Amino acid sequence: MDAASISMYLEETWATIYMTLISSAISYLIGIPLGVVLVVTDKDGIAPCSSVHTVLGVIINIFRSIPFLILLVMVLPLTKLLVGTTLGPKAIIPPLIIASAPYIGRMVESSLKEVSSGVIEAAKSMGASNWQIIYKVLIPEAKPSLLVGAAICITTILSYSAMAGFVGGGGLGAIALNYGYYRYKTDIMMVAVVVLVVLVQIIQEIWMRLSRATDKRVRN
Amino acid sequence: MAKGDNIIQLVNMGKTFHTSSGDVLALDDINLDIKEGSVQGIIGLSGAGKSTLVRCINYLEIPTSGKVIFEGKSLGDLSDREVREARRNMGMIFQQFNLLDQRNLLANVTFPLEIAGEDKKKAKERALELLRLVGLEDRYKNYPAQLSGGQKQRVAIARALATNPKVLLCDEATSALDPKTTAQILELLKKINQELGVTVIVITHQMSVIEAICDSVAIIDHSHIAESGPVSEVFNNPKTEIGKRLILGDGDADSVKPVIFGESSNSKIRIVFDGHSAHQPILADLILSCKVPVNILFANTKEVEGQAVGQMIIELPDNREDADKITQYLRSNNIIFEEVD
Ligand SMILES: Nc1ncnc2c1ncn2[C@@H]1O[C@H](COP(=O)(O)OP(=O)(O)OP(=O)(O)O)[C@@H](O)[C@H]1O
Ligand SMILES: [Mg+2]
Repeated sequence: MDAASISMYLEETWATIYMTLISSAISYLIGIPLGVVLVVTDKDGIAPCSSVHTVLGVIINIFRSIPFLILLVMVLPLTKLLVGTTLGPKAIIPPLIIASAPYIGRMVESSLKEVSSGVIEAAKSMGASNWQIIYKVLIPEAKPSLLVGAAICITTILSYSAMAGFVGGGGLGAIALNYGYYRYKTDIMMVAVVVLVVLVQIIQEIWMRLSRATDKRVRN
Repeated sequence: MAKGDNIIQLVNMGKTFHTSSGDVLALDDINLDIKEGSVQGIIGLSGAGKSTLVRCINYLEIPTSGKVIFEGKSLGDLSDREVREARRNMGMIFQQFNLLDQRNLLANVTFPLEIAGEDKKKAKERALELLRLVGLEDRYKNYPAQLSGGQKQRVAIARALATNPKVLLCDEATSALDPKTTAQILELLKKINQELGVTVIVITHQMSVIEAICDSVAIIDHSHIAESGPVSEVFNNPKTEIGKRLILGDGDADSVKPVIFGESSNSKIRIVFDGHSAHQPILADLILSCKVPVNILFANTKEVEGQAVGQMIIELPDNREDADKITQYLRSNNIIFEEVD
């Protein structure tokens, strides 16, 4: 492999990591509150409110059922408005966030639901307010599960980001697409795919270890 | 408020749950006064409404009728914030301990103080002091997963006491523990009551728990209070069907019927031993002085408030004369008895 292709791989790998991390971070900033609201407003939640719960649930489901590639195209005008361009790694970030925040919301919801109602009841009996229950009980107690969920969400975002190639977004997906699909250079495509696989493995492993290492339910 | 005043009063309290499959009446017209500094027991069969009752006391469940009066104030008249403050005066422990798994013991015990906005350093001191009280001071860096059930309940007790509550609510606090650990936890509750003057409310389905530590007891059956009063009174003379069943039964609400040794068509009497008579060989004396054989159908002796109390059901002889001899002997010796069928 020559120096030029090595630097191409490095550049696009970095573009992939960049898209994934920024999108994941922002998606989590939106997804965590979504998940919290879903759990809190549920009928056995700490502040039941079926109208909010139902409306939010429906909106989330709508976004989750739009195929990513179509969503990517649908939000092009919004992307242009937000980041000023519809090309390059930046342009993939808004659609990635729109696609993954609702997904993360559901993941967070299911993690928070694992916190036993007894523990919440105990906190209430000590005079905790709903806010205190959310940030001192629900989130910290669900942390190991939230981290496992994050491993799944981030790797999903990583694979979505590979589709950025279709809109000139760059990244490893773009290499695979441009060389493999348009020019039949399958060897170059394979290398890009292998790098993607390795990235997924690394992210998965880091988060699972983090989850295990910080879970105090494990006797050690 | 002085010891002996009512710290909690339940006035015509009722609770109905509205569910999709209809209304469930969990509590109906509950009236109960709980004296400051006492240990109040609440016993009943599964589904009787015990948990609902205790959850109404700290307003985790809002009664649908009547009032809960805590220290003279009706909780229904307070704002949400004031209710949360009132809860800090009522600690609560649970069957499943409900500790925070991701916090170590120290952080579990400081949790209620953290919520109350207490100074961190003071909170830590207080938590260590309480962990010492429950005998787990040296384990403060451990996590709940590293403890046994009994130890977890001790931590839960320390946590419930952190805010210096006046009342400790215990919902089946020993039901998940073995008999020996149960005895230790009950001992600890007794100590907390006596040394810290905390009013303790014990929910249980085990008569043995009531006998071990309670001053007063309320028997709850099908959403109602069937009877209530000092443990010795209720125990010696249960007036209701459910009371007789709980007390005459094996001691557990779970057991269905008292074990009667043998069947008989003769008339029977129930003899009640109070504190002193339990230590006298009543039956031996009776047989010796009446020279009449008696048949014991059921016998049960227990420690209540440090005194041995018990009861025995004996079958009277066929012979009218012999039977009269026995009843006369009992009467002349001031032994309480009644005919049963
Ligand atoms: N949230 C609820 N919604 C509907 N019904 C309820 C609810 N909580 C309790 N109940 C009903 O109220 C009644 C009393 O329940 P409660 O839990 O107080 O009984 P309990 O005496 O504590 O029983 P156990 O000994 O089994 O714990 C039961 O019929 C129960 O099904
Ligand atoms: Mg119960």
